[in-house]
Amino acid sequence: MTTPSYATLTHNGLWKNNPALVQLLGLCPLLAVSASVVNSLGLAAATLFVLVSSNLCVSLVRNVVSETIRLPVFVMIIAAAVTAIELLMQAYTYELYQILGIFLPLITTNCIILGRADAFAAKNPLLPSLYDGFIMGVGFGAVLVVLGAIRELLGTGGLFANMQLLFGESARNWHFVISEDYPALLLAILPPGAFIVTGFLIAAKNAADNAAKRRAEAARAPVVAGAKRVRVTGKIS
Amino acid sequence: MSFLRITSPHGHGPLTTAQVMQTVLLATLPGVVVLTWFFGPGTLINILFGGAVALACEYASLWLRDREPAPYLSDYSVLVTSTLLCIALPPYAPWWLVTTGILASVILGKHVFGGLGYNPFNPAMVGYVVLLISFPLQMSTWQAPRGLGEVPGLGDSVTALLTPGAYDGVTMATPLDLLRQNKGLLLDDLYAQAPQMVQWAGIGWEWVNIEFQAGGVWVIYGGVFTWHAPVGMLVMLGLCAAAGFDSGSSESGGSPLFHWLSGATMFGAFFIITDPVSGATSNRGRLLFGALVGLLLYLIRVHGNYPDALAFAVLILNFAAPFIDQYTQPVTYGHRPQREDEE
Repeated sequence: MTTPSYATLTHNGLWKNNPALVQLLGLCPLLAVSASVVNSLGLAAATLFVLVSSNLCVSLVRNVVSETIRLPVFVMIIAAAVTAIELLMQAYTYELYQILGIFLPLITTNCIILGRADAFAAKNPLLPSLYDGFIMGVGFGAVLVVLGAIRELLGTGGLFANMQLLFGESARNWHFVISEDYPALLLAILPPGAFIVTGFLIAAKNAADNAAKRRAEAARAPVVAGAKRVRVTGKIS
Repeated sequence: MSFLRITSPHGHGPLTTAQVMQTVLLATLPGVVVLTWFFGPGTLINILFGGAVALACEYASLWLRDREPAPYLSDYSVLVTSTLLCIALPPYAPWWLVTTGILASVILGKHVFGGLGYNPFNPAMVGYVVLLISFPLQMSTWQAPRGLGEVPGLGDSVTALLTPGAYDGVTMATPLDLLRQNKGLLLDDLYAQAPQMVQWAGIGWEWVNIEFQAGGVWVIYGGVFTWHAPVGMLVMLGLCAAAGFDSGSSESGGSPLFHWLSGATMFGAFFIITDPVSGATSNRGRLLFGALVGLLLYLIRVHGNYPDALAFAVLILNFAAPFIDQYTQPVTYGHRPQREDEE
């Protein structure tokens, strides 16, 4: 298997093979903690860290681990990375660590991470594996943050509340409210809201793909009257 | 086009979708008139405004889905959805409440699943539950009935709809609220204390329910839907109420008559659970479907956290409808019922 180019990797991670919108992997944390931007960002950063570090380690050991025991080894590596990020967040962003709760350790079971480790990092050299982990993490994180922003906006009428949990005291006043008497659509920040908004995001992505396909078809050289058929006699009327 | 789903043998129904929907719309009229008499023109304004929003929303959804809009817009189905939702909404609701409900009904309840005839849930109830969960305060304020408070005029209704902040109405707990909040009282004391509790089920409500029942019976007589689901629901609700009721304390949850004539009972029995798409399809299935709605309605009303429970009961049973169909398939003409040992 040849290593894909960086451009292909980027396109795959961000759009064509997006972990959240196309592969639908890691839905449990995606749906559970995306009620606000700050929660989403926190989980996205943690997942990104774990993806990059697990891809790094897996790629390094890929030639010395035998085929039969690779999965347990990969899971151990991922669990170690998760433990590291969990301790880091406990040390530096304690309140966010408490909000994310069980979903931080659960990153271990997030299928994207084992999926990328087994499907990519175990077969490719160090640098492409690092980049693949990074761009997949960014693709997942981007959807997570967009989902968090939509839900926070619909459900509370504001954006970027409690950003000080992640960026320190100076970020406290990033919070802005669109209208004071906005009637909050509670449903959006309740669990059903996550499913509904994710569904619409997937639909929007598919609609954009279909529109692009249609544009590409329309842009192909049109058949003009008088053009010759391939290996056929006669003319198109 | 006829979208009614009926199990085989297929006879050709004489009614088109548009005729069915028109009949249902007409049948809500007596109930709406009585609602307007007791609570003012709020419901009427909701229905008109909601209908306009629903038509616009239906048109936009059809355009997004690349469908021809004319046949779908002219079959009245979206108007039935919006009218049923708006009857269930509290009168004098602000415009954003009505609009959110209609959007949820038409888009989440209907077009996401493929439009008319493909919706697994009753669209009006989907809209209602979205609103009830999102805006519990606005969804539980009811206008005081005629005789206990000033009934707003037409101008007030428009103000309430368009500039919610500027409107100041008289609201009052509904009889179902009262029963749930005063579980320590004897029923006689409750009737003596609360001015809205008179006769059977409170001022206004009993007549609203009786009129919706009359409209529903007229639709059954017209052959649009069968009697099975409503009868199943009302009988089950009555049985449950009779079993729980000890004729004295409000802890025991009110008499069968009180439950039949309270809240959304008759409206639900004749206009919501008779939806041919999201309900059960065979007659036996409908009887069972209705009975289970009645059971859930009673349980949530008396033991749950919400005063009325029609929307939740209907949505839960919509989930169960395919399952009910599985076990209530009618035997085809000329066949024997299949026995266990023949399988």
